[in-house]
Amino acid sequence: MNLLNLIKTYRYFLLIILFDVVITVFRPGTGLTIFKYTAGNFAEMLAIIPPIFLLLGLLDVWVPRETIIRYLGEGSGLKGIVLSIVLGAAAAGPLYGAFPVAAVMAKKGTKYSNIIIFLCSWSTLKIPMFLFEMSALGIKFALTRWLVNIPGILAMAYIIDRLIGEENKAEFYRRQMANL
Amino acid sequence: MFTLLLYLLALGGLLISYGKDRHKTRLALMKGWKAFTNILPDFTVVLALIGIMLTYLSPHTIAALVGKNSGFPGMLASSIAGSVTLIPGFVAFPLAKSLLDRGAGIMQMAVFVSTLMMVGVVTAPLESRYFGKKETILRNSLSYVFSFIVAIIIGMVVGA
Repeated sequence: MNLLNLIKTYRYFLLIILFDVVITVFRPGTGLTIFKYTAGNFAEMLAIIPPIFLLLGLLDVWVPRETIIRYLGEGSGLKGIVLSIVLGAAAAGPLYGAFPVAAVMAKKGTKYSNIIIFLCSWSTLKIPMFLFEMSALGIKFALTRWLVNIPGILAMAYIIDRLIGEENKAEFYRRQMANL
Repeated sequence: MFTLLLYLLALGGLLISYGKDRHKTRLALMKGWKAFTNILPDFTVVLALIGIMLTYLSPHTIAALVGKNSGFPGMLASSIAGSVTLIPGFVAFPLAKSLLDRGAGIMQMAVFVSTLMMVGVVTAPLESRYFGKKETILRNSLSYVFSFIVAIIIGMVVGA
């Protein structure tokens, strides 16, 4: 019964693996490459995700909701915007690492637009990435992209905040409350 | 390097927390574990999809796709490649550099790098689980359009 539940929970993943196995049968080279990449992805995820969820658990238990509301909530103003950018830019790791962090931020009362700013900053302003980009593509390229991104992120957050609708927003906050 | 920093931060936090309050620390671990196992099914799907995507859209394929192209069709091709792939930065930037050296345009590469970082088609199911469908569609499509603006500006600044 327990196994059945597990299979049901992971059915889409199992279907993809089944698809990979079928490919491996007909095209062994391609199939093995898929398995190699998939294993690499899992290794990368397992390297970065445990400390993130550990920190999230600690954050949830120790940081009072009032503190987050004061710095990132409604009425946090320019301070909240700057802090959201800094938090996103200081991040390491792929974008999927930002989703659970954003979830805890939401649970603790972060304003919706600041969550989007954080998410966009994580995706494209990451400082470690910037250093790497600079060494590969030159300072002019990296710096221009970084600087153009800031007003772009603010504009996108404003547009999303306006278009998302109150019921979608409320549903988002409800979901994060239930999740952790 | 940054991963190591993250681990040190997490372990340091854990020790301090444990010293202060064992009960709260247990609660924190349970919460972190619950949040992780809640999202794991979607995570495994995304990681498996990326495995397939990387196989069929290798750096080699991307090079063939945008390397010799120029103009708007080239930008379109590289923006699509950037949106559907998920390559770590330490592979993507040297790849973009080598494509540039082989004659790809600066705007094509800028739109590739920008969509690569901002637009995530394969991670959309995961984003949707946290943020809902509407946010996922809005953020990704706005980021896609914005990447072209970024590319044009980079073209003007760097290409000049």
